Amino acid sequence: MSALTFTLKSKPAQRVDMSPLVCQHLSGLSIAEISTLTLQSGKLKLRVDELFTLTGSNTQDIVINNSADNLDFIGQDLDGGSITVNGDAGAYLAFGLKSGEIKVSGNAGLYAACEMKKGYLEIAGNAGDFLGAALPGNKMGMKGGTILVKGNVGERAGDHMRRGNILIEGNAGDYCGSRMTAGTIAVMGQTGRYLGYAMRRGTLLLWNQPKLSASFNDCGAHTLAFLPILFGSFKTLNSRFADASIAFNRVQRYAGDMSEMGRGEVLVKL
Amino acid sequence: MIINGVSIDATFAEAFPMKATRAIITAQNEKWAMISAQAMTGFATSVIACGCEGAIERVLDPSETPDGRPGVAIMIFAMGGKGLAKQLETRAGQCVLTSPTSALFSGIDGGIRIPLGKNLRYFGDGFQVSKQISGKRYWRIPVMDGEFLAEATTGQVDAIGGGNFLVLAESQPQALAACEAAIEEMRKIPNVIMPFPGGVVRSGSKVGSKYKSLGASTNDAFCPTLKGMTKTDLSPEIESVMEIVIDGLTKEDIDKAMRVGIQAVCDLGAANGIKRISAGNYGGKLGPFHFHLQEIMA
Repeated sequence: MSALTFTLKSKPAQRVDMSPLVCQHLSGLSIAEISTLTLQSGKLKLRVDELFTLTGSNTQDIVINNSADNLDFIGQDLDGGSITVNGDAGAYLAFGLKSGEIKVSGNAGLYAACEMKKGYLEIAGNAGDFLGAALPGNKMGMKGGTILVKGNVGERAGDHMRRGNILIEGNAGDYCGSRMTAGTIAVMGQTGRYLGYAMRRGTLLLWNQPKLSASFNDCGAHTLAFLPILFGSFKTLNSRFADASIAFNRVQRYAGDMSEMGRGEVLVKL
Repeated sequence: MIINGVSIDATFAEAFPMKATRAIITAQNEKWAMISAQAMTGFATSVIACGCEGAIERVLDPSETPDGRPGVAIMIFAMGGKGLAKQLETRAGQCVLTSPTSALFSGIDGGIRIPLGKNLRYFGDGFQVSKQISGKRYWRIPVMDGEFLAEATTGQVDAIGGGNFLVLAESQPQALAACEAAIEEMRKIPNVIMPFPGGVVRSGSKVGSKYKSLGASTNDAFCPTLKGMTKTDLSPEIESVMEIVIDGLTKEDIDKAMRVGIQAVCDLGAANGIKRISAGNYGGKLGPFHFHLQEIMA
């Protein structure tokens, strides 16, 4: 059975809510039935076959070809199965992802993996602001699973993050790990200003020395036993994080944010 | 049945159900992993008075341990799950947490999850850090030498305790040499431990005693110095008897360990003073698992 493939005919004029097109909603539907589903686009409700050419039949393996940056809510609440996006994704990619896997070959917009619960999200390009964050006003961002971004991420990555891993091969913008409750964010590139702003607990794992606020205290250089286990868990990823030569267990440990609970840590490779 | 001049009794070892767990202790080097493991499995020879039976299962290569350091696998057996959990936690807290450079991991993925580092974390006094990696929770507990890393839980599984065989020899040195040879081979078998000192017990017991307060007492039928004053099970030339007790995860594991152990004893043979192999049982009334020596060696 070949993957159920949606090929975008042309970039829509308005943003499109793609949330109906997830594996669990399409399970058991024929191509004809899927074609008649409607997607909200601005004020309009558009039939799926107005926007996409459909091929294949495996609803547990969805491919979106020729994707554009105004296709929002791709993979919302996905609960099993996989979605492959060839091209860019709009805002709220993998919003509330419960389980399964989403891979994007291009860039993703704002709030990717917002309030994600479990599963795996891979973005080959860059991700916008609020990666793995909570919706405005909500207190809990990402609660589990793993996000891999091969490019750079915007501001406020992991805002209110509760659990899980955010792995960033490139750079992170300002306020990375802000208001984090727990979890791990690893950044191979550079980090911006206000790193870990108001973080309560959690780990920011860095390859490069950041510019830290005065509310982070130096705890000294240490060899930490959990790091080899953490890096070991990345071995199966299609990423530089899987490369054993980039792993380390010797770090400078900074505790913070002391203006908040202060149980968080910034670990910088030595 | 006679193997290399050693008579194998037509009897059986009687074993009973237990609960078991395995933990992996790692450290900066094998020396310190072993010290920690020895401490954790010390005073764990018999459930009669130790609360559990425990021993080192084997030394682990760094490639086999979760954190890539040298390690030692230990196993602990107890009569019930509650007792096992208590023993495990107490011993982990006093013997591994305290041991320099140590870390503690689960050695059984399945089974009922029982606390390993889950409650030890409170030693961290609020500075402890939880990390969930690949579905497993670890606790990082700050200690004076750095951080003590402990997996939150390990697995408790059904197991069997009390597999055994007796080595009857013409002299004490010969009995001990035979048992040492047996233990060396048996330690190569996975999923079993021989919990007594060095794997060997010289004070095998029978159920009951003339003293009402004791539930077990010396196995007088196999005590060579009592040959003339009790209903002995020993022939005149037997001067020393030693026992090897085996706890294992399955009947097959114990079968295998008994087979290689008895074979090692028989390889020394009558020429080295080994006369008989027997086993301890209670007439089949105590435990549901019976290990018939001649079937095992057939």
